[in-house]
Amino acid sequence: MIRVDLPRFGRFDAWRAAARQLAGNRIDSAQVTWADGDSPAELFGADPLPPPGPHPVTASRDFLDLARTVSSHSDPERWALLYGALIRLQDDRGFIANPADPLTDRLGRMAKSVRRDIHKMHAFVRFHELPSDGPRRSFGAWFEPEHPILEAGTPFFAKRFADMDWLIATPQGIARFDGAITYAPPAPRPDFPPDANHALWHIYFANIFNPARIKTHAMRSEMPLKYWKNLSETALIPEMLADAPRRVQAMRDAGASDAPAFAARVTARIRQIPNDRPPETLEAARDQALRCTRCELCHAATQTVWGEGDPAAPLMIVGEAPGDHEDLQGRPFVGPAGQLLHQAMAGAGLDFAQAWMTNAVKHFKFVPRGKRRIHQTPAAGEIRHCKGWLDLERRFVRPRLTLALGATAAFALTGNRSPLTPRRGTVETTQDGGPVLITWHPSLILRLEAGAAAQARDQFATDLSQAARLLAAA
Amino acid sequence: MAPRTLQQKLAILSDAAKYDASCASSGTTRRDSRDGGIGSSGGMGICHAYTPDGRCISLLKILMTNFCIFDCAYCINRVSSNVERARFTPEEVVTLTLEFYRRNMIEGLFLSSGIIRSPDQTMGDMVRIARMLRVDNGFKGYIHLKTIPDAAPELVAEAGLYADRLSINIELPQDASLRELAPEKRPETIRAAMADVRLSREAAKEKSHSGKRPPRFAPAGQSTQMIIGADAATDRDILKTSANLYSGYDLKRVYYSAFSPIPDASAALPLIKPPLMREHRLYQADWLMRFYGFEADEIGAAHPSGFLDLAIDPKLAWALANRAQFPVDLARASREMLLRVPGFGTKTVTRILAARRNGPVRYGDLLRMGAIMSKAQPFVTLPDWHPGALTDSAGLRARFAPRPEQLQLL
Repeated sequence: MIRVDLPRFGRFDAWRAAARQLAGNRIDSAQVTWADGDSPAELFGADPLPPPGPHPVTASRDFLDLARTVSSHSDPERWALLYGALIRLQDDRGFIANPADPLTDRLGRMAKSVRRDIHKMHAFVRFHELPSDGPRRSFGAWFEPEHPILEAGTPFFAKRFADMDWLIATPQGIARFDGAITYAPPAPRPDFPPDANHALWHIYFANIFNPARIKTHAMRSEMPLKYWKNLSETALIPEMLADAPRRVQAMRDAGASDAPAFAARVTARIRQIPNDRPPETLEAARDQALRCTRCELCHAATQTVWGEGDPAAPLMIVGEAPGDHEDLQGRPFVGPAGQLLHQAMAGAGLDFAQAWMTNAVKHFKFVPRGKRRIHQTPAAGEIRHCKGWLDLERRFVRPRLTLALGATAAFALTGNRSPLTPRRGTVETTQDGGPVLITWHPSLILRLEAGAAAQARDQFATDLSQAARLLAAA
Repeated sequence: MAPRTLQQKLAILSDAAKYDASCASSGTTRRDSRDGGIGSSGGMGICHAYTPDGRCISLLKILMTNFCIFDCAYCINRVSSNVERARFTPEEVVTLTLEFYRRNMIEGLFLSSGIIRSPDQTMGDMVRIARMLRVDNGFKGYIHLKTIPDAAPELVAEAGLYADRLSINIELPQDASLRELAPEKRPETIRAAMADVRLSREAAKEKSHSGKRPPRFAPAGQSTQMIIGADAATDRDILKTSANLYSGYDLKRVYYSAFSPIPDASAALPLIKPPLMREHRLYQADWLMRFYGFEADEIGAAHPSGFLDLAIDPKLAWALANRAQFPVDLARASREMLLRVPGFGTKTVTRILAARRNGPVRYGDLLRMGAIMSKAQPFVTLPDWHPGALTDSAGLRARFAPRPEQLQLL
């Protein structure tokens, strides 16, 4: 029997060095006793570690990470299990990646339990301020973990509390930090001086609790009872629970109360009473449109996207409806189709700033798909509901020429739902009696495949040039 | 009136903050204090304590002040409430945050506020507190700031530089309810604020022409909260609203908060017992949408009433309503289909996919890998298990639902 004595601190590295040497000789796990400080001496004496053996020993990084975590488990068998796994790994590389393997499963569970304990240490250590004679403030804590995790759990505190001195005392030893961590053997539980901030913490704990919702199961599973003895706020829990029904009943009994006198004055000062009279300016029409709920689209869309541009423009350009980008920014024609329109207008000598740019429907219509919103064409009813806003825009802007982009705009302006292809490039008459030139919607050009897109792009450019000629002639 | 002590202020302003469910502190940039300052963050969030309402305490969650000029019927701090009022100074908030933090009680600060004087004034004060923590004190912990509706975009832009997370509450699942119960708030400006945060976050991820990366903007993303049970919205309506929010604004989380009676309640709302089970089922359904590939309508349509089954979880309810798709052959089923098997979580599915590359996966293996086989039994076939007629049996739901309680004669 070979006995390996592991030191109190730095045990994993000591295990790793010894395990490498033993595995190099392919020594069977059953012939090794792993002893840490608490193990009794061997009854019949023990053999020393053999010299480095002839066999190569390899382990993946994943296994080493797993082994390092498992080494902080309280199970006395952990060293033997890890050594057994290391030996098996030399011939059977794959087993450690197979969740159905019983040894993988057992080591995985042990690692999980250790990770949870470390996580709870990071959560439940409570520092008390200690007197300090230097420039750095000093804090101390007592903590009782389930596993020997002092070394694995404390680097977190060194990163988090680098500008103060601290110590964490546990039954397994003490970690001290003054710029670097040092570990020392355990000592009896220290007494910490009273700390006023703990009293404030109790006030917070008691008041952030909502007595109308009692879910003690969730509390107990995440803050297990074994940690309570070192969490002073938990002493408040029995009284908080006992008092909760009375507080809820008191709320019910009190019922509604009369508002304080100043409340009505404040409300009168800030509450905006919507003005629903027929608007007399374009601005007033916009303010009303921002609150529009005439159809269902307003519930899902972000906001009303009102027209933009020169309110005295001779040209009005009407698209279908805002898309994803327009909806988020609250401005028309800022997405990919809008960029294409910008380019085409520049090519035709039309000035963006000298047009009124708007849409037939003012809210984005979409269906959600995970993190994306898929555009939908507005229905006839939605177009009709929104027509009132378009009519108002037209009444105030009074364009000499209107450009209808796509079927939705053409329908909204002319009332004619017949197919667009034969109508494209022609001038029709709007329902309010003005000329409207019909063309493609730029988003159609973006959707078509290359050949068809090039043709549509040419037609779009021709139509915009025609619009420029019509404006110049008028 | 004597000025309130710090203790009194803390009691009032934490009591006033408890109706915000969020306490997340995860998913932000990794940073720590080895190069100066105090604190660390990044990776997993930490819950430093739990209260008996089942909620975790990860952050110091307080209101800067509970004075408020708005009159939202569901809120304890509305102008027409007789609740006690208090106001922290910015220095008090900063000191409380740092002292609790140094004692390892919190991960950081979640600061919200009633609206005093104007949205801009309020948001400006909150940004000042965040700046004092980050810039003056080198605080590396977590900061969650509530965005005040209608605050100036420049203030929100500055808030995003200091805060890990920004949030603005949608409050209620339907616009009509919000217009009725919170007349000073407007659903479209709340959504527009979320859209602004999304656009700012995207802009902060793009490198400029010189190849420089702009400063991070709210790296832990944005979240929102809606109150459940204060209006007549069905679960289907609620999930649709959530799906719209997730798809539009890249939200990290939608929090559902069972409407809970508040002291000094408004006459406009019922003093109901908070629907905690409904809240729980909505969270489960929300999880299914985000991690299991379900669409809002699939989950919502499982029951014609539009409400989730309170007795069984929504994935099981969906499977029972769609039995034609089961049982699935574990050896062949796609990841997407395995995720739809009741009793299989995302981790279990990942393990199944790894294990079946090494050979057939049997009943006992599944148990070891964390599958809840009592739930999965009717829905899978294995080399050593076939559900037979169980999948289509009429009494299947009754196997899972708690036994109805016999009414007693009085």
